[in-house]
Amino acid sequence: MNFLKRTIPLIIAFVMGVLMAMQYYVPHKLSQNLLEVVSRWDRIIAGFAVFIGAYSLFHLHWTRIKRKVEGWGYSVFVYFGAIITLIFGFLNGGKFFWHDKQEGTMFDWLYSYVQVPAGATIFSILAFFIASAAYRTFRARTNESTVLLLAAIIVMLGRVPIGNYISHYIPAVADWIMAVPNLAAKRGILLGVSLGAIATSLKIILGIERSYLGGGD
Amino acid sequence: MKVLKKTFFITAIFSIPFFITTILFAQLPAFLIPPAEFKAFDTPNDAGETVSLTWSASPSDAPDVFYILYIDRDKDGAFEKEAMRIKSNTSYRTGAPEIYGYKKGNGNYHYVQLFPRKIFNGETIDKKQVYYFKLAIAAGDSKIILDTIASARAQGNWLHMKKANNFAILIILSAIILYFIVHARRNPNMFLRKIGGLDAVDEALGRATEMGKPVLFVHGLTSMGSISTIAAISILGRIARKIADYDANLKVVNNDPIVMSVSQEVVKESYLEAGRPDAYNPDNVFLVASEQFPYVAAVGGIMTRERPAANFFVGYFYAEALILAETGATTGAIQIAGTDAYTQLPFFITTCDYTLIGEELYAASAYLSREPMLMGTLRAQDVGKGLLILVLILGTILASFGLTFITHLFEAF
Amino acid sequence: MERFLRIDRRIIFAIITVAVIVSLVLRFELPIPASEPAQAIYEKIESLPKGSHVMIAFDYDPASKEELQPMAVAFLHHCFSRDLKVIGMTHYPGAPGLAEQAITSVANQYQKKYGDDYAFFGYKPGSASLIINMGENLYSAFPKDYYGNDTTTLPVLQGVDSLREINYLFDLAAGTTIETWIAFGKEKYKFELGAGCTAVMGPDMYPFLQSKQLTGLLGGLKGAAEYEALVNKKANAVSGMRPQSVVHVIIIIFVIFGNVIYFISKRAVHA
Repeated sequence: MNFLKRTIPLIIAFVMGVLMAMQYYVPHKLSQNLLEVVSRWDRIIAGFAVFIGAYSLFHLHWTRIKRKVEGWGYSVFVYFGAIITLIFGFLNGGKFFWHDKQEGTMFDWLYSYVQVPAGATIFSILAFFIASAAYRTFRARTNESTVLLLAAIIVMLGRVPIGNYISHYIPAVADWIMAVPNLAAKRGILLGVSLGAIATSLKIILGIERSYLGGGD
Repeated sequence: MKVLKKTFFITAIFSIPFFITTILFAQLPAFLIPPAEFKAFDTPNDAGETVSLTWSASPSDAPDVFYILYIDRDKDGAFEKEAMRIKSNTSYRTGAPEIYGYKKGNGNYHYVQLFPRKIFNGETIDKKQVYYFKLAIAAGDSKIILDTIASARAQGNWLHMKKANNFAILIILSAIILYFIVHARRNPNMFLRKIGGLDAVDEALGRATEMGKPVLFVHGLTSMGSISTIAAISILGRIARKIADYDANLKVVNNDPIVMSVSQEVVKESYLEAGRPDAYNPDNVFLVASEQFPYVAAVGGIMTRERPAANFFVGYFYAEALILAETGATTGAIQIAGTDAYTQLPFFITTCDYTLIGEELYAASAYLSREPMLMGTLRAQDVGKGLLILVLILGTILASFGLTFITHLFEAF
Repeated sequence: MERFLRIDRRIIFAIITVAVIVSLVLRFELPIPASEPAQAIYEKIESLPKGSHVMIAFDYDPASKEELQPMAVAFLHHCFSRDLKVIGMTHYPGAPGLAEQAITSVANQYQKKYGDDYAFFGYKPGSASLIINMGENLYSAFPKDYYGNDTTTLPVLQGVDSLREINYLFDLAAGTTIETWIAFGKEKYKFELGAGCTAVMGPDMYPFLQSKQLTGLLGGLKGAAEYEALVNKKANAVSGMRPQSVVHVIIIIFVIFGNVIYFISKRAVHA
């Protein structure tokens, strides 16, 4: 069992890791074909995984409905939404699913007038949350946080026309803050992140990091 | 009078050729001077689909003068197929630093790449086919075809020589990492600076156990192919192991089915390892939605309804970061975040109790397990960073003095 | 004093809501001067002679519509008013509807004819490989346009064989397409590239401006508003600047208020 669950996955990880790393340095057609085949496999596996995901979702909500756990009514909506969408998807504007997807069907309507506005609504919550988070946490507790606070105020003013209304230096200073100190810090983080990513990849390829297989070691 | 008529007649006859040549040459910007050199060769560092052609610039180069390249599969063929037509003041070697570097004279030569197989679209062509080329310079109706016939065969290359710099960096960094891994085995007591967020894991789990409330684990939006997700899964494994020991309730919300399956396996293994396989419930590691904002709405709902005692946001996040973390903050949960998505770091720092910044996310697995081999890689990362800083300083100094060779040395092709 | 520090967040939400609604209803003018990267795009388009080819990549979907659609419309106004030939395409399956709507509505205002003055290729997958394909041969990358016409028959494409002949390419991006256009398009086929992106992505694009790989950049709704102001077609983005300005100022006032209360309560504790 250990052989199947540990050794074989580690061998696959090592072989594929080394192969795909080397693929980057080989421009030959064979190497490009390999990349294509592997990415195609990836897409196929991801396609099948959708079924596992859907099963997990429906099973979980079915259990919630069955056991009448608190808030089980929301789980009914999961089924309701899924069934409605599936029906209109299969109907395909009266042409049924074995024909090409039709334009302007009820399925499109659901996407444009239910999913898109609902998504946009969730997205717009950001504006409110930024305001409340800023109010709670932006305090000039130390010298560093005072600098941060001032920079934030300048950048916020510089990003909207009112900043220019107050002084035309504000947008210029805001741009400088974004393009110089901000960018420098980001690049620093990015260099660290890249090195960390290389080290992690190497640990996985060599089988030193195996906690992603489950268990502690 | 007769003499005058005769003179006029003779002058008129002699003038005709003069007029004809004037009209003809009036269409030309100048006399066309054909290029002196013309060469074809297999394009280096490619998959074997292109050939490269280069020729010296001509003094006649101008926007209304064109170069026409003719291609044939036979050396003695008619060269009737036009492979490419370019304005003569475009396509220089300066546009191909991957072949010619940054030499000063690159502006004196033209350079183009051709896909012969596409030009002979639909025809069956042998892999070893040698292609022959002729070059013409043309302006208006006049055209001069060079006698030189250049030939080349498109061959695939096994090594991208221009990626040697990248390969060298890979080897150096890998060697450093391997060295420190081996070294760490001999010297397991390595100093590791404190990472507040990871020290707080026990506190968060303890609190969840005391309160009898669940622990929520969110691992970003990226798929299993992303290194951030793999790091997040590693941390999930460590946390799940502790949770099994504490006998707390862990909930893992996913938006990718593959990540979900892996997470289920990891959590199950961790429970098994802790000797509590019965405590594992696959319904606690579940898919909530595969789209970003429905996912946010669902996770937000779970937070407000179930009020987890601790929230972990570990992995790569997009615009959902603040919505999730702020919702979590309103429920009063202890929040620990870790991400290498630097655009989202400010949001986590303001709304979470602890935040792992950038590479700390990758260091977490080593930190939590204290395994010498994993810790060795952290030392290696520091050494690698030191090297990069040295190169940056050196490059900045050299570039300030106008010496750009170090920049070109690190150029990516 | 302490209770001000722990103010119910719903009060903050209510104030923001009222501010947004009021500033949307009340109409007041705010000056919108163009930033340097926006001005650069404007000047590039101004410098192109009539009949030059501009390609627009509509690389966004409905989720980013509010920021990028006004940008697309303003840019199209500029192109059509300058009598440039416009070619549209997208890497996003969710974009064709939005793109088509933007192009046709603006084109109609200038009496531009499909096929003669503009064309829309629609969506095609492939990302980097699609760009390379377009760089080699536009007609093999898109043998048919969005409406099923043979692209080789479109007069608007006369003189264009590949990306090499495109005078300016403008990418409206909600994802990582700008980097892809730079690496696989601009660097290989040497065309001028400008971009518009969501506000969140803006700071990530600065390095490309510094390295001159982008000639200009429109960032978020502000970028769109700047362009609307530049081409004198003030619309959604400019009016969106009012609530954005007001909300920014309110957040700043909140932050300052919070800090004042914090200092007062700290002094009270010390006293």
